[in-house]
Amino acid sequence: MRHLLSTRDLGHDEAVAILDVAEDMADVADREVRKLPTLRGKTVVNLFFEDSTRTRISFEAAAKRLSADVINFSAKGSSVSKGESLKDTAQTLAAIGADAVVIRHGASGAPAVLADSGWIDAAIVNAGDGTHEHPTQALLDAFTIRRRIHGSAARAKALDGVSVTIVGDILHSRVARSNVWLLSSLGAAVTLVAPATLLPIGVTEWPASVGYSLDAALAKRPDVVMMLRIQSERMHDAFFPNAHEYSREWGLGDERLRTLAADSIVMHPGPMNRGLEISSGAADSPRSTVLEQVANGVSVRMAVLYLVLSGMKEGQS
Amino acid sequence: MTAILVRGAGFADDSRGDILVRDGVVAEIGSSLSDSGAQLIDADGLLALPGLVDLHTHLREPGFEQSETVLTGSRAAAIGGFTTVHAMANTSPVSDTAGVVEQVQRLGDAAGYVTVRPIGAVTVGLEGKQLSEIGAMAGSRARVRVFSDDGKCVSDALLMRRALEYVMTFGGVVAQHAQEPRLTEGAQMNEGTLSGQLGLAGWPAVAEESIIARDVLLAQHVGARLHVCHVSTAGSVEVVRWAKARGIQVTAEVTPHHLLLTEDLASGYDARYKVNPPLRRSEDVEALRAGLADGTIDIIATDHAPHPSEAKDCEWDAAAFGMVGLESALSVVQASVVDTGHLDWNDVARVFSRVPAEIGLVPGYEFGIAVGSPADFTLYDPATSRVFGVEHLRGKGVNSPYLSATLPGRVVATLHNGYATVLDGELVDAESVAQSARRTSGAQHG
Amino acid sequence: MPARIVLQQADITRALTRISHEILESLRSGDDLVLLGIPTRGVVLAERIATVIREVSDVPVAIGALDVTMYRDDLDRNPTRAPSPTQVPPGGIDGKFVVLVDDVLYSGRTIRAALDALGAIGRPRVVRLAALVDRGHRELPIRPDFVGKNLPSAQTERINLHLEEIDGDEFVSIEEAAQ
Repeated sequence: MRHLLSTRDLGHDEAVAILDVAEDMADVADREVRKLPTLRGKTVVNLFFEDSTRTRISFEAAAKRLSADVINFSAKGSSVSKGESLKDTAQTLAAIGADAVVIRHGASGAPAVLADSGWIDAAIVNAGDGTHEHPTQALLDAFTIRRRIHGSAARAKALDGVSVTIVGDILHSRVARSNVWLLSSLGAAVTLVAPATLLPIGVTEWPASVGYSLDAALAKRPDVVMMLRIQSERMHDAFFPNAHEYSREWGLGDERLRTLAADSIVMHPGPMNRGLEISSGAADSPRSTVLEQVANGVSVRMAVLYLVLSGMKEGQS
Repeated sequence: MTAILVRGAGFADDSRGDILVRDGVVAEIGSSLSDSGAQLIDADGLLALPGLVDLHTHLREPGFEQSETVLTGSRAAAIGGFTTVHAMANTSPVSDTAGVVEQVQRLGDAAGYVTVRPIGAVTVGLEGKQLSEIGAMAGSRARVRVFSDDGKCVSDALLMRRALEYVMTFGGVVAQHAQEPRLTEGAQMNEGTLSGQLGLAGWPAVAEESIIARDVLLAQHVGARLHVCHVSTAGSVEVVRWAKARGIQVTAEVTPHHLLLTEDLASGYDARYKVNPPLRRSEDVEALRAGLADGTIDIIATDHAPHPSEAKDCEWDAAAFGMVGLESALSVVQASVVDTGHLDWNDVARVFSRVPAEIGLVPGYEFGIAVGSPADFTLYDPATSRVFGVEHLRGKGVNSPYLSATLPGRVVATLHNGYATVLDGELVDAESVAQSARRTSGAQHG
Repeated sequence: MPARIVLQQADITRALTRISHEILESLRSGDDLVLLGIPTRGVVLAERIATVIREVSDVPVAIGALDVTMYRDDLDRNPTRAPSPTQVPPGGIDGKFVVLVDDVLYSGRTIRAALDALGAIGRPRVVRLAALVDRGHRELPIRPDFVGKNLPSAQTERINLHLEEIDGDEFVSIEEAAQ
C-alpha cells in the first residue's frame, strides 16, 4: 500500500487484510514487550493542521510501538494567505527525511494533493481531511465491530449481514463518509439517519439507506448504532433549531437505549457531547465500544503504518 | 503603412479568396488580388474569422501584476485570435473611477495587440453598497459601456434595480455575475452527488438561477438591458430562454470551459479545475451547447482568469478560482461546439465576434471581414491538433485546465487594425506591435 | 532447467522422525518442551514433530507459532508481507526448552528475527533450532541444532518445499531461479 487516502479506494480484500494485520498488532498489546522493531529507523511525521489530540496520540502510540521515530508538527493556519503553504511544509518534511506523513487538514483532499504533488515522496496517511474522509477511524470502527461479533475468530472475516445505523451530522462528517464506503464494501448494510439539513445532496446515491427518523431506524433493531458528534456551531447556521430539539429527535438517550437488542453495539468516534447526541447511560453502557474504539485505533494505525512503510518503493526490484 | 495581402483564405461561409489590407482596413476581397508592395501571408488551408471579441477578460492590472498585466494579457489574447478584450473591473484599485479605466485603456492602446475596453465596476470597491461613478466612467476617454462587479454578485435587489436603471441612462449594460452569496458561502464546487462524496462545500445551481430569474424580471420592470456572465447550468439556460420569449432584453454568455469540462475533474482535487462558477454536470454542458446553438445564449466569453502558480499549487479550499482561457479559447470552442455539430464557423463568428461587440458597443465588427471594415481578423487552422502545453500560453498564468490535453486547431495569424500581431503561429514582438499601434493611432488622429 | 525433486514424501517423514528423536535425546530431565513453528510451513513441521514425539515418548510437548515478519530487517527490500498470527502456547515460554522449527534455513536472517521475536514474548531456558533443509549460504553466525537434510545449493537456485497440509502434495525440489 503506497498511501492511505480514503476508504473509497480500498477493495474488500485489501480492507480485510488491513484488519487482519491489525489483529496481529492487537496481540502485541497483550505481550510482555509491547514494542516491535519493525519500523526502526523510519521517521513518521504527524502533520496536524487541525487540533486533534486524540487522533495524534493514537498515531503517535502506533508509530512508537513499531519503533519509528515520531515528529509532531502542529501547523495551524494553512492557506497561502495565513502563512506557510502546504507545499512549503511538505518540502520541509521531505528535506527532514520523513518516510510517512500522517496528515490532518481542514481542507478536503489535502492528503490527496500531498500524495499527487511530487513535493514529497513519503507515504501519506489521511488522518482526517475536511469533510471528506477519516479512513483510519472507519477501519478501527470496522475492526471494533468485527471483534465484537466474531471475537478471537475475527481474522479473514468481513461484515456480511451486519446492520449499521449512523446517526447525526452526515453532511459535515468525514467519519460517516469513510464508514459508508468501508462498511458497505465489507458487506454491512448501512443506514444513515439525520435531519434533511444534515444530509448531503445526492446522499441517496451512496451505498446506504437514508432516513430522517431515529426511532424508525432503531425499530429495525440494527446490530450497530454509531452516533456522530454534533458541532454546536451547526445550530447557529440553522441546520437545526437548538440542542434540545436535536437531542430529542436524534440523540441516543436512555429510553432509546432500552429499545436496542441486548447484543447490539453503541459506537461513537469521540469526543462525545454527553447529553446532546448521546446520554451518559448510553456512552457508559456495556453496549458502548467507545473505549475499545480508542484501544483498537492504535492497533489499526499500527497496521496502516506497517503496510505503507513496508514493501519495495517503486523503482526497486 | 505596409499593406498585407492574405492569399487563399477560407471564409466562414465556405468561400475562398484573397484579402488585401491597406491603411488599417480591408481594402479588397476577391480572387487573384495583387499588390506588389504588400506583405504576403499564405492562408492556404486556413480559415479567416473576424477578430474575436472577449467580453470577459481579467487583465489584473492595476494591482495584480504578478498574475497578469495589460500587456501580457493582450499578448495571450492575440495568440488566441482576439482583437478586442473587455478588462474586468476587479483590479486594485478597483476600476470604479474614470482614472483607473482610463489607465487600463491607455495601457491597452500602448501595448497595441488588441483593443482593450475597460469594464467599470457597478459599485464602489465591488462592495455592493453604493453605485460607482458610472457616468464619469462612461464619459471618460475610456467610454465605458459595460459595467460589472464580476467576481462578486450585485446581490442586493434594490441596488441591482438602481444599477440597471442608472447604467441605462448612459447607454450601457450591466453584466451580472449571478451568484446568490448566502447560498454559496464557502462553496468549492458544483453541489451534487460528487461534492457530497468529495466533501467539498457545494455551489448549488439554484444560487445562479435564482439571481438570473430575479434580474431578468428587474430588467423587464425597468426596461433595461441585462447581460448575464458565464451561464453554467441547464436551469439558467431555461430561465434565459423564458426571459427572451417574454421579450426581455437579456443577453447571456458561456465560457469555453463550461462548454467542454465537467465537475468530475474535481475528483483528484487538482485546483486547476477550480473555477467560479464551478464546472457542472454533463447534462449542464449539453444544455449550454444546445442553448448556444439555438441562440438562447448569445455569446462565448473566456473569463480568462490568470493566477500566480502558488494560488493553484495548494489544497483545493485554499486555491483561487479561475482558469486562463484566451490562448485555448478557439480550440476549445472547436472541440466543444463546432466538431460536435452544434455551431458552424459562421455561428462562431457571430457568437465570438459580432454579437459580443454589439453588446459591448464596440464599433467595427458589424460586418465581419468586409471591405471598408477595420482589418481585425484571425487566420485559424482547424485541421491541425496539438497537445496543449505551457509552451502555448502567452500570458503570465499557467493555470490552464487543458495542459496535456489534445486540442484541435491553432491560430496562425492575427491582424489588428491592419497590422499583424501574430504571424506564423507566433506573436509579433512587442516593440513592433507597439510601433504599429502608435502609427495607426497617429494616422487616425492625423 | 526444470525442477529436480531432491526429497520425496517418505524422505521428509524420515527426516522429521530423526529430528524428533534428536530433540528428545537433547532434553534434560525436567525440561518442558515447546516447539515454535515459523509460519507458514514451519508451523506444520512443528505439528508433525510434536506428533512423532507424542507417539514415541511420554514427554509433554507444547506447540505454537512464532511470526517473525515484524522483526525482519528487510521489509523494504521485499514486497509487503502479511504477518501471520503468533500463537504462544498456554503455558508460555518462560523457562522452557524452546525449539524453533523452520522449513529451509538459508541466510539466517529469519532466525535472527525469530530470536528477537522470542524475546518479546518471554525468556526460555534454552533455544534450539530445527530446520528440515539447510541449504547453506549463511550471512549471520547462526547454526541449526537439528537438520533434516543438508542440501548444498547455488544462490541462483530455488528450493521449494511442498507439504501435504498446505500444498496438497509433498516434496522438496530444487530449480534454477527465474531471473
